[in-house]
Amino acid sequence: MTRATVPSPKTGKQLVDEYFIENRTRILEIAAFLDRLDRVGDGQAHGDYRMRAFRQCLEVLVSGGYPRMPRIQMILSDPRAEPLDIRDTQNASGAYDPEKEA
Amino acid sequence: MEYIDIHAHMVSRTTDDYVQMALSGCRALTEPAFWPGWDRSSVHGFEDYFRQLTEFEPNRARQYGIQHYTWLCLNPKEAENRALAKQVLEIIPRYLDRPNVLGIGEIGLNRVTRNELATFKDHVELALEHGQMIHIHTPHLEDKWKGTKLIVETLAADGRIDPNRVLIDHAEEHTIEMILDNGFWTGLTLYPQTKVSPERAVDMIEQYGPERICVAGACDWGPSVPLAVPHFIMAMRRRGHDDALIRRIVYENPVAFLGQSPKFRLGRTAGSGAAESSATGSDAAGSATAASNVAGPVAAGSNAAGSGAAGSGAAGSDVAGSDVAGSDVAGSDAAGSDAAEARPGAVASPR
Repeated sequence: MTRATVPSPKTGKQLVDEYFIENRTRILEIAAFLDRLDRVGDGQAHGDYRMRAFRQCLEVLVSGGYPRMPRIQMILSDPRAEPLDIRDTQNASGAYDPEKEA
Repeated sequence: MEYIDIHAHMVSRTTDDYVQMALSGCRALTEPAFWPGWDRSSVHGFEDYFRQLTEFEPNRARQYGIQHYTWLCLNPKEAENRALAKQVLEIIPRYLDRPNVLGIGEIGLNRVTRNELATFKDHVELALEHGQMIHIHTPHLEDKWKGTKLIVETLAADGRIDPNRVLIDHAEEHTIEMILDNGFWTGLTLYPQTKVSPERAVDMIEQYGPERICVAGACDWGPSVPLAVPHFIMAMRRRGHDDALIRRIVYENPVAFLGQSPKFRLGRTAGSGAAESSATGSDAAGSATAASNVAGPVAAGSNAAGSGAAGSGAAGSDVAGSDVAGSDVAGSDAAGSDAAEARPGAVASPR
């Protein structure tokens, strides 16, 4: 594990005491979001490039290993080095679509 | 705690936001030129925008004891239009001498196209030609890593660039290291959704230390929080960090970076001026401000008014027509044929 440049003043137990409830809330929100998609049941969400990336991110969360954040950020990033020849759209969508490149 | 917000799009915010920022300790802010949410149709839109940034907003901020600085450019969202970019690049030098202009920004990339990169390089050339500091926007979401990498590589390959005079903004966990490792300053933008939360900003401070890192709210027309920096201060305290470390990030670091411009000067203590203004009227605030800010945006306001540039627009329909400033602002600037008669600390009266 990378040594923190500014060590956390709190112990692990203190961090759990302080932040467990709000992160419990976040994981319930994710569960509710996935259930919401399943209830629709039309299969569209499952194949969406954003949800494919989302599932890969969840795998990083459960696989363990520090640090998780850069790995998740890169799953959600365009890995290409070359600039686009012309602007395709004004706004980013939140995840890279490899099929759009083809 | 006193703080400086290095990235605040105040043209999108109400005067109530200025009040809340002043009450929460904001002493100064810098406002990079950005995208209004739609593409402007001609260079004339930029002329008006640059006047707003250099004439109107400094006066509005001053009423609440906040010093307003700005950066000028054609932003990356409109940078695909090379013809428009060329026209805007031609007018920018006319505004660089204005007292609250710190440099060129926020330039950078949006979707990371060849045209955007060409426009970015043109702005860098302009900054170098005029000896300006540079403030850089990095792309959103999936484009951030790719765009930040291209920006860092482009600047690092140019031996004329002093990285200490460049702030590459909107860093996140996957881009902060490449920015800092190349000697640039960076900013963590505290957004409710699409950038960094206060808690994640604290995490990055713990991982990389406080050197060359600033935080900002950006507070624009989208989901954003004008009090984001105070939220960061609260998150740091909640994590158990002491006030000396927090002050370094929210105050001393911005002063160190921005202070490289001779125009950046902090004057009187924040809050006291606004309080005086509210309690005793404009004269006390005005004189205190004018006396203590030799080169700062207070002088900018006076000079702008005195030049007649402010008088033509600020006083007229734009300012007077807004609910925010009312006629007092119009009076202070517009009356404006003589800088000495302007009332830089005048308090708007909501009649």
